[in-house]
Amino acid sequence: MKPAVERQVVLPWTQVVRISFNALRARLFRSLITTATLVLAGAFVAYTFAGYAILNGLWPHAPAELKEKILSSGYESFAGSFGSTPKDRWLIALSLLVCTVGIVNAQLMAVTERFREIGTLKCLGALDSFVIKLFVLEAAYQGLLGGALGSLLGVMVSTGTLFIKFGTGVLRHWPVGHLAWIVCWNTGLAMVLSFTGVLYPAWVAARMEPALALRTEQ
Amino acid sequence: MIDNGTHNVVRLVDVVKVFRMGQQEVRALKGINLAIRSGEYLSIMGPSGSGKSTLFNMIGALDKPTSGRVFIDEVDVSQLDAYELAWLRCRKIGYIFQTFNLIQVMTAMENVTLPMIFAGMSRDEYVEKGMELLQLVGLAERYQHKPPELSGGQQQRVAIARALANDPAIILADEPTGNLDLATGEEIIGLLKRLSAERGVTIISATHDIKMLNVSDRVVWIRDGMVDRIEDREELKITVGEVG
Ligand SMILES: Nc1ncnc2c1ncn2[C@@H]1O[C@H](COP(=O)(O)OP(=O)(O)OP(=O)(O)O)[C@@H](O)[C@H]1O
Ligand SMILES: [Mg+2]
Repeated sequence: MKPAVERQVVLPWTQVVRISFNALRARLFRSLITTATLVLAGAFVAYTFAGYAILNGLWPHAPAELKEKILSSGYESFAGSFGSTPKDRWLIALSLLVCTVGIVNAQLMAVTERFREIGTLKCLGALDSFVIKLFVLEAAYQGLLGGALGSLLGVMVSTGTLFIKFGTGVLRHWPVGHLAWIVCWNTGLAMVLSFTGVLYPAWVAARMEPALALRTEQ
Repeated sequence: MIDNGTHNVVRLVDVVKVFRMGQQEVRALKGINLAIRSGEYLSIMGPSGSGKSTLFNMIGALDKPTSGRVFIDEVDVSQLDAYELAWLRCRKIGYIFQTFNLIQVMTAMENVTLPMIFAGMSRDEYVEKGMELLQLVGLAERYQHKPPELSGGQQQRVAIARALANDPAIILADEPTGNLDLATGEEIIGLLKRLSAERGVTIISATHDIKMLNVSDRVVWIRDGMVDRIEDREELKITVGEVG
């Protein structure tokens, strides 16, 4: 005889990815607001680091008067290379902190708004882990999109301003590999930020008794 | 476990539910004993605030009783782990709510197929069955519509189709006609009655709706968190007759 109660199967990732992607697409506008915060933070960080990377690419090829111009416009070189100053690092830490608070707030709202949906999903047989995966994946897409857009924006603005200041040399010695690397880790950073914001509210929501989740207003 | 020939799909033993809000305590259920037989159409009646929805949540394993036990198919729900509980909600019970609780961003078809996806069905299977179920509730041609594009009665029919997705033994409904007009409410009641008659599904419905009485096999009257009385269909005819 079969046991009266069996164990629920864990949904394959392909299904979770599909469902979370559709859920995000259906709330595109709502999620773009969260994503915008990530774009801004990403752009600021990428702008700062891309600026140094471009200067480092340009420096060895720069004629003496251009070097003079670079140094006189406020960039400091340490042992022949440009890098973030303590002031930059402070600004970046602060902006990331502000961004984290913003993301936590946005994700908290986004999850709270969906308590009822979560309760419904659990009535239909969703496991707690599914609910968490759903939100973590949505956060990952937002982080990926926001981080990539922000990084590209930061690199573009940085290239543009340096081009205006120091001329075509900026483009001729544009450090593609280094900039691509900045875009990569900066996107990763945005995803981590996005995860940080969503993990706690998703965990709370997933563990709620369905009856309680269903009582909340939509 | 004693098998006395009759099969109880649901059995509640001394179920108490207390809600604590700061200093205040609300005793929503004060010791409910109830056995629900397989295949019956049971209505739970009672005034607002008497504890119907709380009882609904206990029977449906959607909340934990403060004390007492709930058995579904003679399995003690409190002994189940998270995976078994999810299986129970997915396969054994279909839920219908007063507020429909469809997922707003999903189409009718996606709403109906979700429980089957959770049950691990293949795509071909759940698409076919989803269409069958929408046909059953008369909404096959609206399968691509989202809840905001459907009327209340249509949304409730989608919810019924969804509740039937994994052929549950029990359908639990909390005021399924509460947000619908008279005629639409009657349609929904007719649909539930048909399911009970044709498929032998046990139907348990909390309601204010007097029309529900006509189709019920038994009615449990709840008052102030306690079972006031339980009436069979025969007795009902007399009391309702006296009233009418
Ligand atoms: N989550 C909760 N927290 C606090 N009190 C609650 C909670 N759920 C229910 N109650 C209280 O329990 C009592 C019974 O509520 P319940 O919702 O079960 O009534 P009901 O019979 O379904 O009423 P209605 O017909 O209006 O839906 C009420 O006094 C209600 O305030
Ligand atoms: Mg109620």
